[in-house]
Order: sequence, then structure tokens, then C-alpha cells
Amino acid sequence: MSVSKNDKPVDALLDVKGLPTFGFGHRSPMWWGTMGLVAIESTVFALAIMAYFYLRSHAAAWPQTGQPPDLLWGTLNTAIMMGSMIPNHFAKRAAERMDLPRVRLWMVVCMLVSIAFLAVRVLEFKTLNTHWDSSAYGSIVWMLMGLHTTHLITDAYDSLVLTVLMFTGPLEGKRFVDVSENAGYWYFVVLSWIPIYAVIYWGARI
Amino acid sequence: MRFRAVSIPILGITGTAPGTSPAAPLQDALHAYGIQAWHIGRLWNFTLALCALVFAAIVVACLFAVWRAPRADAATPPDLRSLAQPERRIHRTVAWAVGLATVGLLVLLAADVFTARALGRLPLQDAVNIELTGHQFWWEARYLDPDSKRQFVTANELHIPVGRPVIVTLRSKDVIHTLWVPNLHGKRDMIPGRTATLQFRADQPGTYRGQCAEFCGLEHAMMALLVEAEPNAQYEAWAEGQRRRAPEPATDAARRGRDLFLSKSCVRCHTINGIGATSALGPDLTHLASRTTLAAGMLPNDSSHLASWILDPQTLKPGVYMPVNRMRPDELHDLLAYLETLK
Amino acid sequence: MSVVESRAQACLKPEDAALLEQTWSDPPGVRGWFSAINHKTISLRFMITTFVFFVLGGLLALAIRLQLAGPDGKVVGADMYNQLFTMHGSTMMFLFAVPVMQAVATYLVPLMIGARSVAFPRMNAFAYWIFTLGGMMLFIAFFLNVGPDAGWFAYVPLSSLQYSPTKRVDIWAQMITFTEMAGLMEAIVLITTILKMRAPGMTLNRMPLFVWTILATSFMVLFSMPAVMLASTALITDRLVNTQFFNPLKGGDALLWQHLFWFFGHPEVYMIFIPPLGMISSIVATFSRRPVVGYAAMVLAVIATAFFAFGLWVHHMFATNLPELGKTFFTAASLMIAIPTAIQIFCWIATLWTGRIHLRTPLLFVLAFFFILVAGGLTGLMLASVSLDTQLHDTHFVVAHLHYVLMGGAVFPLFGAFYYWFPKFTGRLLNESLGRWNFWLFFIGFNLTFFPMHVLGLQGMPRRVYTYPAAMEWGGLNLAATVGAFTIAVSVLLFIINVLRSRRHGEPAGADPWGAGTLEWSVPSPPPAANYEMVPVVHARDPLWEAPGLPSHVSGLANDYREILVTSVADARLDHRLWLPSSSLAPFVTALATSVLFVGSIFTPWAVVWAAIPVAIGATWWFWPKKDIVEQRTGSEVSPYDVEAES
Repeated sequence: MSVSKNDKPVDALLDVKGLPTFGFGHRSPMWWGTMGLVAIESTVFALAIMAYFYLRSHAAAWPQTGQPPDLLWGTLNTAIMMGSMIPNHFAKRAAERMDLPRVRLWMVVCMLVSIAFLAVRVLEFKTLNTHWDSSAYGSIVWMLMGLHTTHLITDAYDSLVLTVLMFTGPLEGKRFVDVSENAGYWYFVVLSWIPIYAVIYWGARI
Repeated sequence: MRFRAVSIPILGITGTAPGTSPAAPLQDALHAYGIQAWHIGRLWNFTLALCALVFAAIVVACLFAVWRAPRADAATPPDLRSLAQPERRIHRTVAWAVGLATVGLLVLLAADVFTARALGRLPLQDAVNIELTGHQFWWEARYLDPDSKRQFVTANELHIPVGRPVIVTLRSKDVIHTLWVPNLHGKRDMIPGRTATLQFRADQPGTYRGQCAEFCGLEHAMMALLVEAEPNAQYEAWAEGQRRRAPEPATDAARRGRDLFLSKSCVRCHTINGIGATSALGPDLTHLASRTTLAAGMLPNDSSHLASWILDPQTLKPGVYMPVNRMRPDELHDLLAYLETLK
Repeated sequence: MSVVESRAQACLKPEDAALLEQTWSDPPGVRGWFSAINHKTISLRFMITTFVFFVLGGLLALAIRLQLAGPDGKVVGADMYNQLFTMHGSTMMFLFAVPVMQAVATYLVPLMIGARSVAFPRMNAFAYWIFTLGGMMLFIAFFLNVGPDAGWFAYVPLSSLQYSPTKRVDIWAQMITFTEMAGLMEAIVLITTILKMRAPGMTLNRMPLFVWTILATSFMVLFSMPAVMLASTALITDRLVNTQFFNPLKGGDALLWQHLFWFFGHPEVYMIFIPPLGMISSIVATFSRRPVVGYAAMVLAVIATAFFAFGLWVHHMFATNLPELGKTFFTAASLMIAIPTAIQIFCWIATLWTGRIHLRTPLLFVLAFFFILVAGGLTGLMLASVSLDTQLHDTHFVVAHLHYVLMGGAVFPLFGAFYYWFPKFTGRLLNESLGRWNFWLFFIGFNLTFFPMHVLGLQGMPRRVYTYPAAMEWGGLNLAATVGAFTIAVSVLLFIINVLRSRRHGEPAGADPWGAGTLEWSVPSPPPAANYEMVPVVHARDPLWEAPGLPSHVSGLANDYREILVTSVADARLDHRLWLPSSSLAPFVTALATSVLFVGSIFTPWAVVWAAIPVAIGATWWFWPKKDIVEQRTGSEVSPYDVEAES
């Protein structure tokens, strides 16, 4: 059994010394970990959205109390978040090219944008036109907003830590994978907002 | 259409035969005294037989497989023939067994659908309509009538006519409860904010005990319901009695008792028609003396138990909403004298 | 070079092996104990902790059985009884049944797939700490008389603030947060390990059936646990800050709780059931001296079961006023899920039928499965019918059913698994004679306890009643059940004695006492810190049974840092090497900080804000790279672009 199918001799041992010591995208275990988190959080959002429509199907009037949320800040923030995907995309690309200066640049841009959408998020809360304890409608709207905002905050914090690390070091190749994965998660946080936005802002108007 | 009740024994287990006076109160799914429970009982028998057969087959197959196989130990070389060649005969056998299992499952599905349809076909003409509301830890029953003057309210004990359908609308005032009178029908949840319906019919006279079947708090175990099924004429007489207001007390003691009722905390929770007590927080007591039990089936309805209950319900059934009631022995005596008149 | 010679070469030089062992070992001392992240260390702790909860849950059950042994029981009052059954159910379901499966998996999966570790060792450690702290919170609360008392599924409105005004239900809801967080993290760890860290050559088609069951279960965790997390969060906010999710007077719905809970709750029981199916496959194969019949069918059956489990939840709600047609759909689904299980049962019986049987304690426990789980599954078919369910729901019939499926389907195989893999964990065999006593007492005790409950349910005895009147004539069967429960207790005691004795005086096991076929039996017992001196290359499903192939092992992995091999998802082709992090206190400290957040938020919503700060600090410290380690690694770093450029 010391020959292979095409009659070349096969080594007894498989040498891996030459393999890379990190990998991008789905080759990286970190990608799978991030995807696992995305699966979990998507399920949470999906179930919360279903709960919204479930409660609505049992309601005589919807909203049960208050008015639908004002459209201004939510729509603006949707635009800001969608916009944040641009520096995010460039940060991801730079990371996959292991281009440190560009990674630093685009991550700082991302952080600035995140200040903007966090600030506008506060304004969104102020103009939801309902309170969490006034009815089940108010509760589910605040829950949806609260769940997503938690993701915005934790994602902003993760990104902040990475951004600082990109400037202070110590750095190694694996960190570029982390930046790339963090950007992937950022995509998720932004894209998952779209159905939530639709439900919160338009679910009581249609 | 008259219907004969059928006893449904489990293999080997006998229960109380119908018609005899049982030592144990009737509360079981094994003896159907109403058509709905009978339909379910038939499905039970069929399913039990089928499942028992399957169980026996699998256990025998397993034991036989182990018994007949040659013995081995850790050093016995593993048999890897299945890697070289697929084991077609074994695969076929497994496939047939799975096919058979699937057929069995489809049969069970069909039997279930069949039974559900049978349950839904209960003729509902001339039904008695009851609105049953669950409370922690008692049952409020309002007998409905298109003429609102003929409606009446009672608690913890239902009377129903044999042979006539009963439509029970189920509600709850606080937490989820469940109505379950197994000798007559399966159970249905009483969910606050929702309304459910149960339709059944008693086909034999008797006293059927039910119990709350959804954990509802501290005294969930002590929330029983008695359903008295009696011939129609008797039922109508009972219902007439329930419609009457409380009689004017005849003795001085009873009069004093009535006044005590109105002046003490009793009137804050209990209704007695005819004396101006209208609170519906606790059970309606207008015909208290006509009931067999107290405290939702927990105590027999006699003066000594009634006395203990009134003085200190918290010791007998901790967690009920009825408070301790202190009073002098002569006051208690008068109160009991009055309550005894509430037939 | 011949295969024999290559096998001989598959050993490191002694000094390299010693260095490898040193690299992967946990640091010593007290600080080292809290910093440990070796997957086997964490897993053994996890197994022991879940077993402690199992015993505590069992003691609670004994108290229940003492109270119900006769009518008008006065052993405990109603309040304590309601805490007892709530604690028993919550402990068994949240603190034992799923965690123990994840614990066993985190030990065995890396060994079975030829890996040196799990994918995220620090997160694995964190999950253990969070789980343990959550379990401790529950029991401390119980001993302080603040134990939950609304049942293990805490239906609203009973569990709402109005009807449960103390902190008891909040403790329960937050315990869910702890345990589900741990479960979700473990699922991510296991999925990533299984998909990315299999030894070269271990295609998906060559993976042991146990690993498949863990993969399926872990995916189920990702999609089901969020439901109970969402539900318990909504319950906490209803109780703490007055949201109205479940209040019908303000637009909420009591059934929303039930839908959310059972959307989790039904898959949950399959998450408990599926890993033992994998254990059974391992044991049946080894003790029948042949591979299990129908590998492909077995894998598809597991995947089908995992998938369909999500479509059954309404069968827990058949007594509600949901539309009847909808309920019938769930009857059909609940019946049809029996088909993949039937496939598995028939394949195992076929394996036994055509095998050569080595009858030892592990196989005895597995044979009990065919009796007990099959009975439980059949009563499950009875409960699947809406009509039958209306008589059986919320009675002791259901108590019987659930114990038959959970104990028959999970606990018996689990005990078999302990007898089977204990030699691998410890290097010594459990005593076979004590094992048989353990088994028979358990089997007899189990049936004596739970069979009568089928009859009791049919005889009208509801669930969750703290006592019953003598007139109901339920006393005899209840007494039998109590005797059975104490028999089970004796059998568990025998197990504990067997474990304690065999650890020191058991027969030495060697690497492969059972003559098994899968990779974990190729390493010493107990395995060295790095599992494999040289990572194997896999050419077959049962590498130890089938003819070896070349290449036989991997060379070139470092011995002086924690280097692992990452391979491709489907075919386990080489991809890259990865350096795993070293031991650290950060997971433990972060878990403590997280616990403060969770426990604090039982009392005030602001805890979520201020307690988040230490959590963030802990997590940042956890992540932040150490300069000297990074310098060491950048020295030998190989970028994927360098490799591409060369090829």
C-alpha cells in the first residue's frame, strides 16, 4: 500500500509545515462562529417579528395605543446604516488584502458613522409615539427596537476595540481575518435592520 | 337518541362497573358515561391494541436478535463484509418494516380524524348552555337562557340533564385553568382573554367528578367540580330552585345570621340573591345549602365543616382569597342557621 | 515504506512528545484551575457538574414521591411541593439533559474526528462557567425559599407579576438566560469543530454517527433556544418594567407565551434525544462487532428528525382553543416524526441480528432503550391524537410518557455511554458486576416508578397536584411509584460507588478495551493533553477496524504552541494551520461579570447598563492579544497569499 492510484509512491506522512497559518472567509473557523451568531440573532429577530404580527392578528386596533412611529428619524437612520456599508465594505476588502493603512482609515470612518447612527437611534426612541407599558403593541415595538439597538451597541463596541488594536498593535495576520469577520457581522446588523424597520415603521400603517 | 354507557377497561385493569354505586368518586377516562368520552374511549382501545402489538414485536425482535447471535468479545475481529458489498436483504427488510410502520401511523391518523369528526357531530338541539369561569381555586357557573330572568349563577357543582347536550363556554378570571370531567369528555383550557367551548352529553345518571387540569397556583390540587347528571324532570326542578331568590329567614337566629352576613366581610365577596349582596368576587351562595361539597369539592357540606371553613379557610386551603373570619361562637351559630336556609 | 513501518513512525520523539504535552496542559495551581481551557478538562468538569444537578434533581423527585406516596400527604405543604416539581423539572431539563450531552460531546468529538481541541476553547470554558453559575443561582435561590414555583414551563398569567408577586419566577427566567447562553455557545463551538477541524481524509461520509448527531443537535440549538430566550426576556420585562406581552387586558396574549416556549420546548426534547442516538450507534457497533446497518439512512434519519422536530410544537397546546384543523396538522406531523426514529430502531436491530454480541453493561443500557423508549414513543403516538390528548394531557399519563422517552431515550443510553467511555476518560474500566446491579435496579425501579403513572392518568389523576383524597383510590399505584423511585436512587448510588471505586481500583483499560473502531480508541486512556501525538489521516469510517492507508499521519504541526489543523467542510482536505489561544482567566472573570449582570437585572433594569461595563472590560481583556505571543507567532506566520504565490 505504499503506492497511490496512479502508481506514484505515497509518503507515509502528510507534511503540513507549508500550510498558511490563517485563512479568510469561510475557510476560517471565525467565519463559522460569526455565522453561528448570525443564525441565532436572525432567529431572535424573526421570532420577534412573528410575535409582532401575531399580536396584531389578535388586536382590534393597531396600534393599540398611541400612533405609529414618526418616519423621519427611522428612515434617516436606515439611510445612514445603509451608507455605513460602504466604509464597511472597503474595510473588509482592505483587510482581505492585509492593507493596514487602508484598514485603519476605513475602520475610523466606520466608527464615525456609528456615532451618527447611535445618536439618531436615540432620536428614534423618542419619536416612537408609544410606551413599552401602554399595550402589547408598545411592548413589541420597544422590544424590536431594543433588540436591534443592543446589536448596534455591541457591534460598535467590537469594532471600536478592533480599530484601536489596528493602531496600537500587537498585530498579526489573524487580526485581518478578525477585521474581515467583524465587517461581515456589521453587514448582518445593518441588513437585519431592514425588515425590522419595515415592521416597526410601516407595520402599523399598512 | 338514548345511548348506553360503555365501560372501557385497560387490558388487565378493572374499574368500577357502570350502574353500581362506586366507592371512589367517578373521575376517570376508563368509564364513559357520555357519548364524547365513549368516542375517545373507542379510539383509546384501538390505539392501545395497535401500540401494544408494535411494542411486543419490537421487544421480541430485539431480544431474539440478542439471544440468537453468536457470542463475541473485544478481541473478536469485526465483521466488515457490509463495507465490501451492500446488504440488500437487510436493507429490504428494514424498508418493509418502515413501510409497515408508516401504514400504521397513517391508520392512527385516520382514526384520529374519524374520532374528531364524530366528536364534532354531537346533536345540539335543546342544549343546556352554561358559562363556566375559572377562578383561583373555584368554578363559577352561569346557566344561560335567552330570557335573562331565567339565568342563574352557582358555583362548584353543576347539574345537567341526562340525554340532553350541554354546551359549556369556558372563560377564566385570572390564570389558565382547565375543565376536565373525564367520564363525560376530554378537557379544555380556560384561558383569560379567550373563550373556548366544550360540548358533551351525559348518557347515564350519576355524579361525575372533575378536576382543574392546568396548574393554577397554590391550591390547584383542591379545585374539583361535581357534575350531577339526572333525569330531565329532576334537572328542571333543580334549575327552578336555583332561580328562586333566597327565602326570608323564618327563625330569629337565621335573621341574626343574615344580618351578620351583611355586616361582616362576607358581603364584600359573596352574592345572595334577595338580600342585596351582589359581589361576584367569590362563589354565589344563594343556594349554598343545596350543594354536596364546600371549597370546590374539598370538604363535605355539613355544619361542622362549614363552620371550620368560615372561621379559618387559610388553614384548610392556604392561598385561597377568602380571609380568616373571627367571630363569637354565638355569631357563628346564627350565621350557620341562616346559611342552612339557602337551599 | 510499508504501512507497518509508517505506523511505527507515527510517534514523536520522547522530548517532542513531552513538549507537546506541556504545551497543551492546563497551568497548575489555583489560578491555573480557573484559567484552564483544555477541552477535556472543561468537559470533565461539565460532566461532573451536570451529574451533580442530576442527583439534586433526583433528590427533589424523591421528596415529591414521598409526598405522593399516600393520600392526603403531609410530608411537605402545597407551597414547597410546587417549588419541588418546578425545581425538579427545571433542573433536569435545563441543568442536566441538554448540558450533559454537550459536555460529553466536547470531550469525545475532537477525539473522534482526530482533532487536538475544540474550535473555540476559551468560549467553551466560558460556556461552562456561565452554566455553572446559573445553576448555582437557581439552587441558592431555592435554599433561600425563593425557588421558582410556577412549573418548569411557567405558563402565564400564573407566572406574571400579578399572580407570582415574589422574585421566584424572575429567578427561573434568568436561569434560562444563563443556561441558554451556555447552550448556544457550545453549539457554535461544536458546529465549528465538526465542520472545520476534522482530520484530513475524514469526509462527512466517514464521520462517526455520534458526530452527526451532535452536528444535527447543535444546529437545532441555534434555531430553538432563541425562542425561549425571547420568551423569558419578555416575561422578565413584563414583570420588571411592565411590558404587556402576555396581558390580555392590554392587547397581550397568554398563548403567545406557549407558542414561543414550545417552539423551543419541542425541539428541546429532541435535542436531548438525538445525541444518545449517536451513543447507541457507537455502542451497538462495538458490541455487535460490526458497523451499524445503513449508515446513509441513519444520517438522513437524524437530519430528518432534527428538521421535523420544529413542526410539532402545537401538540403541547391541544387543549387550548386553537382551530381544530390546525391541530390536526400537528397530529400528522407528530405521528410522522416516528418514521425516522423507526428507521434507526430497525437498523440497530438489524445490526444486532447480524452481529456477534459481546454482552456488557454498556449494551445492557442500550437494550433498555429498545424497551423503554419504544414504549414512550408509542404513548407519544397516543398523545399525538388530539382526541386522546384531551383525556391524557396534564395528567400523570403525560408524566409517565415524558419519563419513558427522556429516561429511556436519553438517560439509559447516557449511562451506557458512561460505562463505555469511562475507560477512555480515566484509564480504568468500571466494575462489570456492579454495573449489572446498577442496570437491573435502574431498569426495574424505573418501570415500577413510571408504568403505574399511565394508569393513574387514565384513572383521573392530574399533574402537579400536591396531594389527592383517599377516596380516589390512587394510593396503591402511587406507593408503588414511590418504591420504584427509591430503587432508582439505590441504583444511582451504586453507579456513584462504582465510579469512585473504579477511578482508583478499576481494571486498567489500555487504549481500546472494547475492540472498537473509531479514532478515540487509538489514543492512550486517558488521552494526552494534545489528544494525538501525531494527527491521523483518515481513510475509512472505522479507522481502527479497516485496513490502514497512506499517508497515515500528519507531520509538521508545532509542538511548542497550540497549533491545530483546519480542513475543508465536506472532504476534510488540508486548508491551513491555526494557533489556538492559551489558558486564561478571562473566560472565568467575564462569566462572573456576566452573572452579575444577569442576577442584577432580576432586581433592576439599570443593571443591564452598569453591569455591562465590567462585561465589556472582561471581554476586551479576553480578546486583547499579548505582545510576546504575537511576536512569537508573527515569526513563523505563513500568509495564504504567500502560499498561493508559490503554487
